[in-house]
Amino acid sequence: MRIMNGHIVAFCCEHSAYPAADSAGRLGLHYPENVRVIRVPCAGRVDLIHILKAFENGAAAVLVMGCEDGACHHITGNTRAKERVKYSEILLKEVNIDGGRVRMFNLSPNAPHKFVRAVNEMTRITKESGR
Amino acid sequence: MIIAERKPMEEIKQLIVPYRKVLVAGCGTCVAVCWAGGEKEVGILASQLRLARSVERNEISILEATVERQCEREMVAEIKDKVAEAEAVISLACGSGVQTMAEMFEDKPVFPGVNTTFIGMPEREGLWVEMCGACGDCFLDRTGGVCPIVRCAKGLLNGPCGGTRKGGKCEIDPEKDCAWVLIYRRLEKQGRLDLMRNYYAPKNYRAVKRPGKVQAAKA
Amino acid sequence: MAKPFRDILKTKDFVVTAEVGPVKGSNVSKAIEHIELLRDKVDGLNVTDNQSSVMRYPSLGICLLIKEHGGEPVFQVTCRDRNRLAIQADLLFAYSRGVNNILCLTGDSIDVGDHKEAKQVFDLDSVQLIHLVHTLNSGKDMAGNELDGGIDFCIGTTGTPSADPLEPQLIKVEKKLKAGVNFIQTQAVYELDELKRFVEFVRNMDEEVKILGGIVPVVGAKMAAYMNENVPGVFIPQRIIDELAQAPKGTGVAKGIEIAARMIKQIKEEKICDGVHIMFIGREEKVPEILGAAGLL
Repeated sequence: MRIMNGHIVAFCCEHSAYPAADSAGRLGLHYPENVRVIRVPCAGRVDLIHILKAFENGAAAVLVMGCEDGACHHITGNTRAKERVKYSEILLKEVNIDGGRVRMFNLSPNAPHKFVRAVNEMTRITKESGR
Repeated sequence: MIIAERKPMEEIKQLIVPYRKVLVAGCGTCVAVCWAGGEKEVGILASQLRLARSVERNEISILEATVERQCEREMVAEIKDKVAEAEAVISLACGSGVQTMAEMFEDKPVFPGVNTTFIGMPEREGLWVEMCGACGDCFLDRTGGVCPIVRCAKGLLNGPCGGTRKGGKCEIDPEKDCAWVLIYRRLEKQGRLDLMRNYYAPKNYRAVKRPGKVQAAKA
Repeated sequence: MAKPFRDILKTKDFVVTAEVGPVKGSNVSKAIEHIELLRDKVDGLNVTDNQSSVMRYPSLGICLLIKEHGGEPVFQVTCRDRNRLAIQADLLFAYSRGVNNILCLTGDSIDVGDHKEAKQVFDLDSVQLIHLVHTLNSGKDMAGNELDGGIDFCIGTTGTPSADPLEPQLIKVEKKLKAGVNFIQTQAVYELDELKRFVEFVRNMDEEVKILGGIVPVVGAKMAAYMNENVPGVFIPQRIIDELAQAPKGTGVAKGIEIAARMIKQIKEEKICDGVHIMFIGREEKVPEILGAAGLL
């Protein structure tokens, strides 16, 4: 297993982050090439094992991106995702991986800049984080 | 049901230091319900152990398998091939399951990955509390359905003790209700406080002689 | 030679008992000092049994010392550390050496003590222990075997007048009275109305039993807060904590003694109950001061 490969995995909710990522691309906004966008029907679809597997497959950081508070199309999907991301930080810390490498972001579909900022932020964190 | 809790990660890692191929075996019954050792938890622990050993630059191969009930020889037999592949097994089942695995595969080190704690129920999502002490001499009929053997910190039959905290909380934990106050309130609601006024003679602590055995009349 | 406690209970108007707390270790010189100091000033000397679940020199050992030094011991027995065999054996031994008075207690839980990983026994509870003493008194052991040489203890127990909720505690006290006790030494009281209420309840069920109000002096506001949080069965009201807080620095002990003496005086004058039981563990040498201030010497 080659961990902390350098690539970033972004689980993107199809109602918010995915269209935002799409817009960012079309607008020519710059963000690192090694971001792998994975489209999900809702941030709440992402479970702990998906986050852990992403790291097993070499991700240096994982983003879980969903709708803004109160705007989830599945009502509580983004809330559940938030709790799971928090818990996954604990699971990572248990194996000496910096919990800061996983984070939840909330955005609306017409916020491509927010998407780019999030991705750039996580890239910066992975460069700074030793572990 | 039986409630268990995953062991601390450091302890689990320590168990498998000398090995390069380990099976994590789960159980789909009690430990699955209390989020300690079901299929999901097997997947998570397996992933964590691979990551942990990767970080330490000492890779390990982790196999995964879950059976419906790890305390049944028939069901455990279903995963014998995976057990054969591994050098050691971490069982996430309760003590009963761990020992069944250990007995079925005597040549293989089988380690407990959870601490089996008690017979209990979910008070609310994610919080399990002890209810039954498996004393073999149930007298819940006389205590309004509240067991003082395990829910009273001292296991008293003629409670409460003099250490009850204000508001009816337990001497050892201000968050815990005094079982005898619970019994009082329950019996009062049912108009059966006379039961609490009865003297209860010392318990037969040998009702179940350990190791316990129950032989069904049929079969 | 001290008068038998059983007789004193029957004849004396106001009975006073105190406590000797064993130390951790085999050095009994301090205990002997306390015994010599107190034995003639009180009617009975209780010895605690691994009090607060802290391992100490055994109660029975100090009781024997009290006998040797001419005092009248009250052997406190908890159910936390010994099963029914060990307790019966200890009672036979105690009686054979002239220790005739027993206080039957449940015992604090292991968690409040210093050996937090020990196994709690609680094979019996305090009510069962009282029944047990009667069984032994009648010449048989718990399994129904005849004893060669029996016992005849004067039996006491505790009660918690300031329990909240009170009713479950009173049901427990009722069971103890039905089992048959000669005296009750209550847990610490600070509100005499609670003591009065407790006495009334007991008198309605048993006119003979003697009730001694528990007096535990508190020597500072901080100590009061600590005790409220950590000592089972103790509830010190805010007004006493305030009175202690207002005492000038360095006068905590004196203030605690003053408050205790004041309560004892009131109990005696108003004949609230049959006496007092003074528990000043760690400061046994101050007990005569309390007795003096309360007019009992």
